[in-house]
Amino acid sequence: MQKVTSHRGTAIALPQSNIDTDQIIPARHCLTTKRSGFAPHLFSRWRLDPDFALNDPDRSEATVLVAGANFGTGSSREHAVWALQDWGFAIVIAPSFGDIFYTNCGRAGLLPIRLAPDSHAQLVDDVLNDPQLQIQVDLLEDSVEWSGRREPLLIDADLRRRFIEGLDDIDLTLAYDQVIADFEKKHARIPMTRK
Amino acid sequence: MARNIIDKIWDRHVLTQSPDGESDLLYIDFHLLHEASSPQAFEGLRIAGRTVRRPDLSLATEDHVVSTRLNLLGSGDDNPIAREMVSALRKNCAEFGIALHSLGSADQGIVHVVGPQLGITQPGMTIVCGDSHTSTHGAFGALAFGIGTSQVEHVLASQTLWMTRPKTMAVTFTGKLPRGTTAKDLMLHLIAEIGTGGAQGFVIEYRGEPIRELSMESRMTLCNMSIEAGARAGLIAPDRTTYDYLRGRPYAPAGDDWTESKHNWEQLLTDDDATFDREVTLDVSDLEPFVTWGINPGQALPVSSSVPDPVGEPDARQREQITRALDYMDLAPGTPLRDVAVDAVFIGSCTNGRLDDLRAAAEILQGRQIPEHVTTVVVPGSAEVKRRAEAEGLDVIFEAAGAQWRSPGCSLCVAMNDDFLEPGTRCASTSNRNFEGRQGSGVRTHLVSPTTAAATAVLGHLASANDL
Repeated sequence: MQKVTSHRGTAIALPQSNIDTDQIIPARHCLTTKRSGFAPHLFSRWRLDPDFALNDPDRSEATVLVAGANFGTGSSREHAVWALQDWGFAIVIAPSFGDIFYTNCGRAGLLPIRLAPDSHAQLVDDVLNDPQLQIQVDLLEDSVEWSGRREPLLIDADLRRRFIEGLDDIDLTLAYDQVIADFEKKHARIPMTRK
Repeated sequence: MARNIIDKIWDRHVLTQSPDGESDLLYIDFHLLHEASSPQAFEGLRIAGRTVRRPDLSLATEDHVVSTRLNLLGSGDDNPIAREMVSALRKNCAEFGIALHSLGSADQGIVHVVGPQLGITQPGMTIVCGDSHTSTHGAFGALAFGIGTSQVEHVLASQTLWMTRPKTMAVTFTGKLPRGTTAKDLMLHLIAEIGTGGAQGFVIEYRGEPIRELSMESRMTLCNMSIEAGARAGLIAPDRTTYDYLRGRPYAPAGDDWTESKHNWEQLLTDDDATFDREVTLDVSDLEPFVTWGINPGQALPVSSSVPDPVGEPDARQREQITRALDYMDLAPGTPLRDVAVDAVFIGSCTNGRLDDLRAAAEILQGRQIPEHVTTVVVPGSAEVKRRAEAEGLDVIFEAAGAQWRSPGCSLCVAMNDDFLEPGTRCASTSNRNFEGRQGSGVRTHLVSPTTAAATAVLGHLASANDL
């Protein structure tokens, strides 16, 4: 995974709660064996509405998505994360996330940041009012800054470390090969074979 | 120290802790795979030159993208990309030595129907699958998590996952489940109470007398929808119902192994004085058949009630959500739910595609006729369910009533195959998600139990069995 310690960019706000991964990327657009090519289908049904935020030409360069509570609820499809990345988002900021989506973000390299509800509400207002608003996220300082405000960001310590160090998850785990092998020996289950 | 079943299973599987103590490396006892979330994971393994650590603890089936209409043996869908995904799974399983139940084989079916049916799902196990409804397997007292593709790759390579310890929640049901209500109604009621994010970060243990009285199949329906309450997983402690179901299944331990396993499983139960991070109690004595009226599973009410009015909602955000939902669902506030006419009915999925579910629907449909304008599709959860249903003559009942009898697959629950509905169609569905566009772009979904689905099909509008 690519290392991320800080990021600066403009934003799109989708403040409604409970945006599920079926909205982010409908299942029929997950028909693929690849990890890319999803940008044209990101929020495909909502994009039919010309007033939908992703259709705003003033925001085509946005790299930060400011979303509502419980963002990414529903299906485990990692395609939702890949689609947001394909579009150009590097950061998602929300008051809370669907659990599997949050984990998927951490594995695929889309930085998920939580903000306290009051700060989040302020950020939503500011983003809606100003397409050029610059948001600065600093993982080392644990802060989100915009319009002269500086708010503490919330992120699982485990995920924070992954982004700062840019760890390859599997390499990290395979270093524990002996521990895994010892466990398998000691806790050998009754073999899972068909009778 | 007294511990609950969730912590007990977790503790048994911890290999080590991350240096910062934030997450545990958890051993995964079984990994279920399907064609939709695995191709990129296998590709990742190949690119990195890695292999599958325990192909013997992995099993794959074809379900998400397959056609339940064509039943093309040895092929996928008529869609070339779907076919490519199925081919990729076959190639990957062959290359890495993973058992695969392909289309047309005796044990093909929806991954969460096949695992339990084969006796793979056992108490105390950690089980993962690249599908959010993996929580289904919790019905057996297993800790079962839905994961994304990167984690699928991680499990293939290491048979482990890094996870943060979940918070634990006890959901205790009290009273007696009224006749005519089902596990589906119970779960829709719970989600309506606590919300779709209500169990975020938690693993739920479902407890109480009504749970003890549920069959294994109903317990699977219940645990299946844990994810719709936002939970990381949901489980039910094993008991005699669990053991009776498991014993004799192809992968279940036998002989002395059975005795030893059962002894182990009995140690898993939550200790009497164990605590949970959160406790919820819900009385079910007055439960009625439930139906969703909105665009998430928490927007549910008894069939006997009316569409809510956003005007009466004091919370501004809630008001906006209701308005948005009614707009998508094309429903007017105050409309009795029984007056809502449907165009389609879907009976199937990993939530309600098991034999008991089909029997419940058939009981209603026997000797009755579905009006021609209500397209009704019945999809068995697995080839085994199909075989057994046909042996009982359920297929004849469905077809005589005017429903279509299909081959096993995820079908209209995920609509990433050739089963999807036209924009504007209103469908009563036994599946698990009523999200916008879930059953096809612009389709309006009402989640219901199989009994309610069958009654709705016959009457052409949302209805419970009592309305017949």
